[in-house]
Amino acid sequence: MAQPVFIAGAGVISAIGNTTAQNLLSLERAETGIAAIKYLDTEHRDEFPVGEVKLSNEELAELSGFKPAISRTAMLSLIAAREALVDAGISNFAGLRSGFISANTVGGMDKTEDFFREFLPDNTKGRLRKVLNHECCAVTNLVADKLGIRHYVSTISTACSSSANAIMYGARLIKNNMLDVVIAGGTDALTRFTLNGFNTLMILDKQPCQPFDANRRGLNLGEGAGYVVLVSERIALSIKKELYCTLSGCHNANDAYHQTASSPEGTGSLLAMKGALQKAGLQPSDIGYINLHGTGTQNNDSSEGAAIAALFAEHYPKMSSTKAFTGHTLGASGGIEAVFSALAIQRGLVYPNLRFETSMEGLPFAPETRFSKQPGLKHVLSNSFGFGGNCSSLIFSKL
Amino acid sequence: MYIRAASNISPQNTFGNQLSLTELVEYTGDKLTCIEPDYKSLIDPKLIRRMSRIIKMGVASGMDCLQQAGVPVPDAIITGTAYGCLEDTNTFLSKMVQQNEEALAPTAFIQSTHNTISAQIALLLQCHNYNNTFVNGGASFENALLDAMMLLYDGEAGSVLVGGIDEITTNSHAILKRMGLYRRQPISNFELLNDPGKGTMAGEGSAFFLLSREVSGNDWAKIDGVSSFYKPRNRAEIQQHINTFLLTQHVDINEIDLLITGNNGDLKNDAIYEHLQMYDFADKPIISYKALCGEYPTSSAFALWLAAHEIKNGVCSFVSDSNQIPVKKILIYNHYQNIHHSLILLSAC
Repeated sequence: MAQPVFIAGAGVISAIGNTTAQNLLSLERAETGIAAIKYLDTEHRDEFPVGEVKLSNEELAELSGFKPAISRTAMLSLIAAREALVDAGISNFAGLRSGFISANTVGGMDKTEDFFREFLPDNTKGRLRKVLNHECCAVTNLVADKLGIRHYVSTISTACSSSANAIMYGARLIKNNMLDVVIAGGTDALTRFTLNGFNTLMILDKQPCQPFDANRRGLNLGEGAGYVVLVSERIALSIKKELYCTLSGCHNANDAYHQTASSPEGTGSLLAMKGALQKAGLQPSDIGYINLHGTGTQNNDSSEGAAIAALFAEHYPKMSSTKAFTGHTLGASGGIEAVFSALAIQRGLVYPNLRFETSMEGLPFAPETRFSKQPGLKHVLSNSFGFGGNCSSLIFSKL
Repeated sequence: MYIRAASNISPQNTFGNQLSLTELVEYTGDKLTCIEPDYKSLIDPKLIRRMSRIIKMGVASGMDCLQQAGVPVPDAIITGTAYGCLEDTNTFLSKMVQQNEEALAPTAFIQSTHNTISAQIALLLQCHNYNNTFVNGGASFENALLDAMMLLYDGEAGSVLVGGIDEITTNSHAILKRMGLYRRQPISNFELLNDPGKGTMAGEGSAFFLLSREVSGNDWAKIDGVSSFYKPRNRAEIQQHINTFLLTQHVDINEIDLLITGNNGDLKNDAIYEHLQMYDFADKPIISYKALCGEYPTSSAFALWLAAHEIKNGVCSFVSDSNQIPVKKILIYNHYQNIHHSLILLSAC
């Protein structure tokens, strides 16, 4: 990257907390957010544990300022995006060219599901306001309007890598001098649609998930939102508070293997990680910590593991999947994990991979099991891989 | 960036790029639906059976575009779709509700992901390069174009496949009609703009473009710039965006030979274009393209195809021979429900 892009703010809401500080505390205390379903209205309530944000729609409405009838996806988004913007402490925000690039995969599906119960038997029935915000972009627009962002508003949806791609696109807009500041990341609420969808794929764990463990059984779905505030060098220089880090490299590649499965050798993940390193001008040995995609499915973890083994041979960085805390938050995961990665760099932290017991066969490395302080941490790699072979890697570097 | 090839599946006979005025297809009712090609020559028949209609349309137009361009594997694939694979979403959602979350099959869920079309093209081509999908309502296609443009200018890509795709489904049409988007009384698309009222006609389509950084000698047209703006507060702000865009492109209004606008026959919608058409572009030929393809969030992909087609032919298809003027520079201005507005400027190579 010719012109560096800086991270000036961060905001996150997930199963382990409603603010960045709460999330960080849970990571430090190794307190998982995975639990039995409490808020999602589903027949599978007692079957699958999930990473729910521990607030009802009414409580989220109060916290966000939206009405409770607004999609949960939008409420989660606004809470995290606003936290990020406030955190950045940009004094003359209104005078800057600002953007909101928010990814999601479900849009207002939580409300559409309710609508369809009435609409399907009779297509003249069902309250239209429930489907008014069905589209992915409707969720983004609702939040952009609350934040007062009008210069550039965009929505990306590439399954589980969506918000990593939103951050990548935001960085590109800054590098091309189209915007000064971008709030980039993503949001997704738990819905019956996604829970049932992943259930048909038979990759949901009925117990709390064990990413990168030889005995892993699948993933736990989660929900939340995570955003970073990206700024140009000019704006970075004008900010008085301490910046988190730079976004030094990012790359997207395609596995081109299968619509939902990853290639055994992790072709796409390897290309994404390699590309990000190349753009950052770094060697694999420069990476101090990898925030893994690490969903806990047989397929993802062996594929991602194979790619890491190939790329980092003999210089394995510390690594962990924070999805054992948050669950797999789909379109939000790249944003949430970008926040975790930015914090890791800024404060020199490595997060534990909860519930890890047994190393995967054939992998000469194992994830971290304990929270640790690593003051020398200089570069963090964050992986996000999605359906359609969509693989994205971001690198965060010490200032 | 240069348009090396384009492929368009639409409610008109655009596939094969032979649009002619005498062959325009008339639709009466409240929607215009795509004329689908024979997919067998473009996609493996074994795969066709598994694909829903929008995936077939998207993959076929994407693959056809690459074949025309003679580019086996592009450096990036970027799509824009407001609604994504709606029929697949509808199938899974309906079964889930009707079967009370029991005994569901995965296929529709797998294909409901918004990036399915760009992913399927990558899979068919074994293309490991950049792949992205914008789902940004009426600016989905424009965002994809801008992403492509930045990749080309940054030198990250030499060729990019970009497409805009959206489909009408029975349920989405019923819902949007209840929201008041479409005409209550049946109307012909030939009369839609002559008989303004409340609502428009629904449309759909899939248009792909192979964009390249370098001129090839066979390009359809050059895209000078693309710009989108969000929820303008008033007419003056729209005016300002258009002026700024032309200024940054170093183009005077007088240099523009043809204006393509997104009028759709809805009074409120079309009022936004009125001022522009009456004053700034008063003496320019104007094509209101939605009479051909209907209204949908990624219809600007159809408009781009039409603009490139006109520039390639050097004349305006909708102007009589006696009034014909050379067409070298075209401005497309569209808005979708006054949320996202967009401008695309094209020139002859």
